[in-house]
Amino acid sequence: MDETKYGWWLPVDVSTHGAKIDQLIAVLHWFMLLLFVGWGIFFVYCLWQYRARPGHLAIYAPVKAIATKYIEAFVVVVEVFLLFGLSTPVWLAYKSQPPDESKALHVRLVAEQFAWNFHYAGKDRKFGRTDLALIGGDNPVGLDPDSAEGKDDIVTVNQFHFPVHTPVILDISTKDVIHSFNIPVLRVKQDTIPGQRIPVWFEATDTGHFELGCAQLCGLGHYRMRADVLIDTPEDFAKWEQENAPPPQEAPAAAAPENHPAPEKK
Amino acid sequence: MSDHAHAEHHEMPFWRKYIFSVDHKVIGIQYAVSALVFLLVGFSLMMIMRWQLAYPGQPLPILGKILGDTAMPGGVMAPEFYNQLGAMHGTIMVFMGVVPLAVGGFGNFVTPLQIGAPDMAFPRLNMISYWAFLPGGLIMLASFFVQGGAAQSGWTSYPPLSDIAPAGQTIWCFGMVLLITSSLLGSINFIVTIVQLRAKGLTYWRLPFFVHAQLVTAFLLLLAFPPLEAATVLQLMDRLAGTSFFLPSGLVVSGEQLKIAGGGNPLLWQHLFWFLAHPEVYVLILPAMGIVAEVIANNTRKPLWGYRLLVYSVVFVGFMSFVVWAHHMFMTGMGTTMSTFFQTTTMIISVPSVIILTCFIMSLYGGAIRFTTPMLFATAFLPMFAIGGLTGLPLGLTASDIYLHDTFYVIAHFHYVVAPGTLFALFAGIYYWYPKATGRKLNETLGKIHFWASFVAINFVFMPMFFQGMAGLSRRLYDPTIYAHGRGVQALNVVISWGAWGLGLAQLVFIVNFFLSLKSGARVAENPWNATTLEWATPSPPGHGNFLTEPVVYREPYEYSVPGKANDFSPQFSPEGDGPARPQPRGGA
Amino acid sequence: METAIPHLVEPHPVTGIPNGKFGIWLFLASEVMLFGALFSSYVLIRVGAPHWPPEGGLSSEVLNVPLGTFNTAVLITSSITMVLAWASCKMGSLPKFKLWMAATVGLALVFLVVKYFEYSDKFHHGHFPSHDNFYGIYFVLTGLHGLHIVGGIVVNTYLLTFGSKLWNVDREWFTNRVENAGLYWHFVDLVWIFLFPSLYLL
Repeated sequence: MDETKYGWWLPVDVSTHGAKIDQLIAVLHWFMLLLFVGWGIFFVYCLWQYRARPGHLAIYAPVKAIATKYIEAFVVVVEVFLLFGLSTPVWLAYKSQPPDESKALHVRLVAEQFAWNFHYAGKDRKFGRTDLALIGGDNPVGLDPDSAEGKDDIVTVNQFHFPVHTPVILDISTKDVIHSFNIPVLRVKQDTIPGQRIPVWFEATDTGHFELGCAQLCGLGHYRMRADVLIDTPEDFAKWEQENAPPPQEAPAAAAPENHPAPEKK
Repeated sequence: MSDHAHAEHHEMPFWRKYIFSVDHKVIGIQYAVSALVFLLVGFSLMMIMRWQLAYPGQPLPILGKILGDTAMPGGVMAPEFYNQLGAMHGTIMVFMGVVPLAVGGFGNFVTPLQIGAPDMAFPRLNMISYWAFLPGGLIMLASFFVQGGAAQSGWTSYPPLSDIAPAGQTIWCFGMVLLITSSLLGSINFIVTIVQLRAKGLTYWRLPFFVHAQLVTAFLLLLAFPPLEAATVLQLMDRLAGTSFFLPSGLVVSGEQLKIAGGGNPLLWQHLFWFLAHPEVYVLILPAMGIVAEVIANNTRKPLWGYRLLVYSVVFVGFMSFVVWAHHMFMTGMGTTMSTFFQTTTMIISVPSVIILTCFIMSLYGGAIRFTTPMLFATAFLPMFAIGGLTGLPLGLTASDIYLHDTFYVIAHFHYVVAPGTLFALFAGIYYWYPKATGRKLNETLGKIHFWASFVAINFVFMPMFFQGMAGLSRRLYDPTIYAHGRGVQALNVVISWGAWGLGLAQLVFIVNFFLSLKSGARVAENPWNATTLEWATPSPPGHGNFLTEPVVYREPYEYSVPGKANDFSPQFSPEGDGPARPQPRGGA
Repeated sequence: METAIPHLVEPHPVTGIPNGKFGIWLFLASEVMLFGALFSSYVLIRVGAPHWPPEGGLSSEVLNVPLGTFNTAVLITSSITMVLAWASCKMGSLPKFKLWMAATVGLALVFLVVKYFEYSDKFHHGHFPSHDNFYGIYFVLTGLHGLHIVGGIVVNTYLLTFGSKLWNVDREWFTNRVENAGLYWHFVDLVWIFLFPSLYLL
């Protein structure tokens, strides 16, 4: 993993929708800085100019402050702009326009304490039947190996592969408590709510090795609920899919997730 | 009225006078002292956590051994102990520290004095409030000693995690029920007192701003806390009676299907919780603003700028705080209509906050500012609250919240509001009213050391967190160096931790000052700050029944530097409006 | 020992009521929020359920409607006796007050006894709160309401016995207390009037 991509500010953005979010964050911070500095200068001026000292008296009559009205109006106008000019359109554009199903890669994510299980539909692009009763140590999503669609399904634990420049639709669910799916470099975050399956989508603009973390306290192993995000070239992804295709006995997820050691630092 | 006859009854047994007292001043001090102790406890938990964050996996010297092998095996903090510390830090600071100090402490001590009342409307109910609060707090603390340790699902206690957590969570629920009950009874008392017991001439537009703030706060407590009580009852049922209000069907925990009926909804808890917890934010901040207003008016020696605007703003904030709660839940998959509604209300509520801040700053303009210790704290409140408030914007807007939600940016934001914001205001209040409560002043030199050390240290604690949050670091991580973006900002964790420990040291100065001044602080007369509001008409400390003669109010609360008067303050209680109503036995400030 | 608090008995000139009555109204406001939150939870859970009650059938078949109806009548009657108790105070008759107050307490006890039989019937059939969310919400709502009934009984019994000594000290004060207890009692009654149809009938 390339550590230089991470500093004291926003990390690199490798998503198609993230630029708009970054832009909003930048505009907001410039606005905040402007307000704070302008207002701080006046504040310090007051503290200095009107400090108690011999011969200096306070002024009883209230100052007529027309400037404050303008400043407040300015704040309101900027906030309206932020709200309806930036934030809402960005959210709308991102949240209410799912990518074309036929062109997208469809993946299911089943979170649990403390692992991320990814369920790929495999070659036939159809998910096999899953059943809670089948969930076990080597079958974290409860996939029925006998179902016709499930024969070629791939299940990975803490490994999220997907191709670059391809929309990905991820159906997020959880087996136990609330987790939160969070990939900072993709600017996506979504809580996993027990009893619900929530779709999120994104499209990567660059290949690389990144991280997925849990953003919602989910128990003692919350901190190590981490997965590798591997954005491959389409060719590499196809190769990976082929290499990892079943026989199901050799499912890549071998150990029970609870015993997964924290990933080594690189 | 026969309060004079009663004033002679001073020979009450000790337990009646100081322990089960019905006197609002004693109860106020009880609240304040308990809350300060709880604040220290909550802060200490955080100082222990900061070791693990600064030096992940390294054994904590000395304390690591004392805390024992369950919590700190081999001196290294266990992840579940880290989670307990985090959950209890939040719970203690909010429900047992800041609110009891701001409302229970200052509200109880100051409000009746400022409105010219002999006591609260229901003195015995007041005593019961305190005696529901203290056991509630102690039960919470005791939960550290049960099997599995204290609550560890965050102060927000989201189910299903909290439903399946160890026994400490049950104790958390019982503690919360007591704390909520205490707050409810207290809020009824405050509203009735403020509405019914105001002195002659004390109209609503002559009320000190502090009282307005307390009134709005009391309404928030009264109406926002019951839903949390309901939620807590439901969670208790889930934990003890096996119901599944917050548990949907088909949960598999550690590979085992949970044996429950199912059909519940985990988001129900979040709605009920945040319906309280957002108004709760204003419960924390409004009394603080009230204190800041009092201290600023007194130390600028001029009337508050925009007093009526301030009052309208807090009332508006109070109303709006009930319709913003779901901005804590943008990431739960809510629909666009709902998220747009809640981000709009969130932006609307920021407008009165800007107005309040503007009024405070404009109050400085044209003053003759005395930089006393309370004024230093009140002055520092303004930029600190401004930072806290402004950084709320990116969190209140849905699109930027996608990235910043549940990162350290959030921690930095609300701590700027509550720690260097509210807590600084509360310190201002302590320095300001300590002479009224004890008859002695806190030492100014120690006070200034306390202020400057705290001010510098606290910014070292919270400012770096904005950068950590920007880098994408999630909150509540036992070991942030698991992540590459966490390793990128790990150096800041060391800075923050040393800042926190420095802040702890600075509080020692305050503790020493607090006790030292109790014994040897400079004695003060009725009105040491040359202030105008009614509490300064009483002796310091006021006796039982508060006022020697029935107070009458003649004018607005902040009549400082009125032209043509001999003194620069015209107290509300002085008919001539010219300095003290009665000759003062000894020199004031 | 206690300081004289203004408007303990005589009404405040602006609000027109004494402290106690104001306090009880505020208390009831918070109670509305408490039961309101529980009702909302009930609605949310019910709307999210594929069938209500989850095990099938109708609420009116699962719960005992005749007993519920009887209890509704009992509570409404107790509200009337409560008003009569207060009216007796107003008209200056302590014995009549005691009669009507005793009737109120008695009716409240009848309510609890009926509730006891309803509960034990459910328990006999193994229907504990954990059975499903229908029983969960039923036991939480009626249980909390039952606790409010118990609270009312305690307050009313106090007014009936030791509390009535205040009559000889300050009649108006005592009458105010009875009125406040009455306000509370009507509220508890009102909650039941919402609970009964929404749990038993709908």
